[in-house]
Amino acid sequence: MSENTNVWEVFIQSKNGLAHKHVGNVHASDKEMALQNARDLYTRRNEGSCIWVVKSEYIVSSESEDGEAFFDPSNDKMYRHPTFYNMPEGAKHI
Amino acid sequence: MNENKFQDKIDSERKIEPKDWMPEAYRKHLIRQISQHAHSEIIGMQPEGNWISRAPSLRAKMILLAKVQDEAGHGLYLYSACETLGVSRQELIQQLHDGKAKYSSIFNYPTLSWADMGAIGWLVDGAAIVNQVSLQRTSYGPYSRGMIKICKEESFHQRQGYEIMAEMASGTPEQKEMAQDALNRFWWPSIMMFGPHDGDSPRTGNAMKWKIKRQTNDELRQSFIDKTVHQAEIIGLTIPDPDLKWNEERGHYDFGKMDWDEFWDVVNGKGPCNKQRLDHHKKAHIDGKWVREAAKAYSKKQKDLIIN
Repeated sequence: MSENTNVWEVFIQSKNGLAHKHVGNVHASDKEMALQNARDLYTRRNEGSCIWVVKSEYIVSSESEDGEAFFDPSNDKMYRHPTFYNMPEGAKHI
Repeated sequence: MNENKFQDKIDSERKIEPKDWMPEAYRKHLIRQISQHAHSEIIGMQPEGNWISRAPSLRAKMILLAKVQDEAGHGLYLYSACETLGVSRQELIQQLHDGKAKYSSIFNYPTLSWADMGAIGWLVDGAAIVNQVSLQRTSYGPYSRGMIKICKEESFHQRQGYEIMAEMASGTPEQKEMAQDALNRFWWPSIMMFGPHDGDSPRTGNAMKWKIKRQTNDELRQSFIDKTVHQAEIIGLTIPDPDLKWNEERGHYDFGKMDWDEFWDVVNGKGPCNKQRLDHHKKAHIDGKWVREAAKAYSKKQKDLIIN
C-alpha cells in the first residue's frame, strides 16, 4: 500500500465578508481529515472564520513563465480604467 | 540560454515558482536545504517535548505545548515547500531515516534542566530567527512564503525562552547557576548553528549567486552575537567566551574560536543524542503506520460507497 496521501490546497477566509485566500496545503486521505489538518496547521492563532480545501490535482494553473502572452489581451485596453477618461474641469462625484 | 534567463530573473529579484525552469543544481540545493530545515523543526520537538510533563507551572506547560505544536507546523510548511520541487514526503522521511538528510546538530544535545528550555528558546530559536528573517528574501517563492509565515509565529518562541532565563537568573543562587550552566552549554553550539566559516563552506558561492541564501554564515553569526551580548548582560549572565569584546573599529563584537572538531563530530553522528533522536523518529513513524493505513482504508470505503 502506498503511503503517499492526497495533497489538498487550503484557502482561508480571515473574516466574515472577505474572500478566501490561499495559504498552503496539507496531506490528508479524505475531506474531513483535510479540513481538520488545515484547521490545526493554518489557524492556530485565530486566522480564520471559514476554510476551504480542494484536492491539488483539481487546480488548473496558467504558466507563470511566458505569462505575458496569456495576459496580453488586456494590455492595450487602457479604456477599461477610469483614469483613461477626461473629465470636465470642476465635475464632482464622478 | 535558459540558464541566462534564469539568472536574469534572479538578479532582478523576481521569485522562482515551482513550474518555472530552473537548473538541476538549484533544485537539488533547495531540496537539500529545505528538507534539512524541515527535519530540524520536527527533530527539534524532541528536546523540548522532554520537559512538557515536568514544566514548573501550568502556564509554563501550556506555553511549551503551544511552542512544540508550532515546531510541528513549521516542519509541515517546509515539507510542503520542498514537495513543490518534485520530491515526495515519503522520500524525504526515508532520506532522514537513512541518514542521507541531516538536521541541525543543535538538537543532538540533551536538555538536562528546565533552564535548558530557556536557553533553547532564547539562543537556538534566536539564532534560527536571524537565519529565517534573512531567508524571507530567498529566491524560491514557496520557501520564501514559508519563511514569512514561520517568522511571524517564531517571535513568541524566543521571548518565552528569554523570560525563563530572566526569571531564573533573578531567582535563588541555585536557579541562577542553572541558567548560567544552560548558557554555558548552549552558547557555542548555538553560534555554530550558522555553519562553517564562509571560506570553509563550499556551497555558499552558488547559494549566494542564486539568492537562495541572502547573507553568508559569518554575516548571520555576527548579527546574532551582536544582538545577544546585551541581552545576556541585562539579565546578569555571562557568555562563556573570554575573547568576546566590542570592536569599535569594526562596529561588531569580536569573539573566540569555535571548536569545529566537535561540530563535525556531532554532524557525523557522534553527538550525545544523535541515535536517540533518530530512533525516536523512526519508532513514531512505525507506530503511526496503522493510523495511515486506517485512514487510507476509510477513504477507499467512502469512494466505494459513492460508486455503489
